[in-house]
Amino acid sequence: MTEDRLAQSHNPLLSVRDLSVAFGGIVALNGVSFDMQRGHILGLIGPNGAGKTTLFNCLSRLYQPSKGDILMEGASILTRPPYRIAEIGISRTFQNVALFPNLSVIDNVRVGTHSRSNGNIVSDSLKLGQVRRAEAALERKVDEILGYLGLRGVAHAVAAELPFVTQKRVELARALAAEPKILLLDEPAGGLNHDEVHGLGELIRRIRKEREMTVLLVEHHMGLVMSTADHVVALNFGRKIAEGTPSQVQSDPQVIEAYLGNKNR
Amino acid sequence: MMVDASRKAISDAPPSDADAARTMRLGTGTSLVILLLLLVAPLLVKNFIVFQLTTVLIYGIAILALNILTGGSGQFSLGQSAFYALGAYTSAILIEHAGVNYALTLPISGIVCFAAGFLFGLPALRLSGVYLALATFALAVATPQLLKLGALEPWTGGVQGLVVDKPDAPFGLPVSQDAWLYYFTLAIAVAIYIASVNLLSSRSGRAMMAIRDNEIAASAMGINVALYKTLTFGVSAAITGIAGGLGAIAVQFVAPDSFTIQLAIALFLGMVVGGVGWLPGSLVGAAFIVFIPNVAESISKGLSGAVFGVLLLVVIFLVPDGARQVAQACRSVIGRRKG
Repeated sequence: MTEDRLAQSHNPLLSVRDLSVAFGGIVALNGVSFDMQRGHILGLIGPNGAGKTTLFNCLSRLYQPSKGDILMEGASILTRPPYRIAEIGISRTFQNVALFPNLSVIDNVRVGTHSRSNGNIVSDSLKLGQVRRAEAALERKVDEILGYLGLRGVAHAVAAELPFVTQKRVELARALAAEPKILLLDEPAGGLNHDEVHGLGELIRRIRKEREMTVLLVEHHMGLVMSTADHVVALNFGRKIAEGTPSQVQSDPQVIEAYLGNKNR
Repeated sequence: MMVDASRKAISDAPPSDADAARTMRLGTGTSLVILLLLLVAPLLVKNFIVFQLTTVLIYGIAILALNILTGGSGQFSLGQSAFYALGAYTSAILIEHAGVNYALTLPISGIVCFAAGFLFGLPALRLSGVYLALATFALAVATPQLLKLGALEPWTGGVQGLVVDKPDAPFGLPVSQDAWLYYFTLAIAVAIYIASVNLLSSRSGRAMMAIRDNEIAASAMGINVALYKTLTFGVSAAITGIAGGLGAIAVQFVAPDSFTIQLAIALFLGMVVGGVGWLPGSLVGAAFIVFIPNVAESISKGLSGAVFGVLLLVVIFLVPDGARQVAQACRSVIGRRKG
């Protein structure tokens, strides 16, 4: 088992190969390639319109690339419909929070387990023994995640009625419920204050360590990426302009010009 | 991080209890009281009223089916009368032409309508909101004419329709035909209600409601949106078909003009009056569409339609969330008394 793991660690968990996306005449991504190693936190940075969210949406199969490939553990994900991405261990959050607003927090998290459970409308309607047992196991798992993220107190509240910060946390809980190998976080720091961003960085590192996940962090907030990520990929105008450790990327002249320079940081 | 903020959120959070499993149904105690009332009701009233109560149960089942579709998966339908007609004709034809026992025709009607609903759901996947409502409207408008088709006349009886024999109580039970039919319908209604509550509070039901709330997020969580939408259409059509079959048996007659768009609109209206997405409201909505036209007629024979319209407006203005809102108000009053 450990040897297996060691052997695998030489292969990337996910690899993006020469990926291009065009919308009409606009090239949103142009030949982007990088690898994600198991257990790493990879930060994806770039100014507005750099192609971060486009790349993200390719990973969750909302966009079809015009060229290139995305390999998860060596197999292309581009043959899968969007709803069959969760089952291979890719789970995401959304930039502007996409919860199920009329469902309670606990139901939102229960939906997160959909790809890790089975059932059909007949056995569900009859509430057969196997359904009861599956629901009991699901309850333990959901309760553990709610506890892990400090959401037990709001478990039965309607998602839409919660403050934005808590909604983001519910979305994270829902993504964790899918037991992903890769957690895709789309601008998780958006709308958070300074202290909250700091706490978020700690939480992401804790999740990586304690739940053995690989994280792709798409983020505007440079401070969060630099303090959290192991490896950083910088995009600008749809191209990769730099890749390396946070300090390497931070000192890259192209990155400074494209992004940091403008922000005087 | 968000720890501090979320602690604050916890104290600020509304004490609402919004689990799908709980918001969809009534508590066990209330359910049993209502069941008891439904069990004794036929003993207290005349046979004609028993027949009307049977009609309420049948429409209640059909409205429940619409509630699963609209309240559950967020899809609209003005075409439920088509599935109701299909179920009614399937049962009537099986009883009259094939001599099948009336009770056995109901699951067959359910299966036939499931298939029809599922198939209709496939093209309907491309439509949503008002456009889906219009597509289903077209189905409802076409149905009575399709039933009159000359080619189908040997089975359907064409414009004349089919007469169905009224079943006697089995095992020589000492109850009238009307009372037997009532209890038979009640048993089926209760079974369908329980199965629907189970369904909506299960993994499948959560998937339907997730789709209703946000399709992209549902898909990202591994839910096959197209499959669940069409399945929901199928389930809704199946339950409507069973209601239709029961309707054919109760009324002892099926004819094309019993299943016009007016029936579909009545069912839609019943769902809104009962409270969209609240399953027990289906019974209240059914009572509304069966009894309120009579009430309107007793107020003014010549203007019964206008009186009905006014009564409907009053309901919509006073309780836009329908019976669900009334139930919530009752619950909070009782809660305050206890507290």
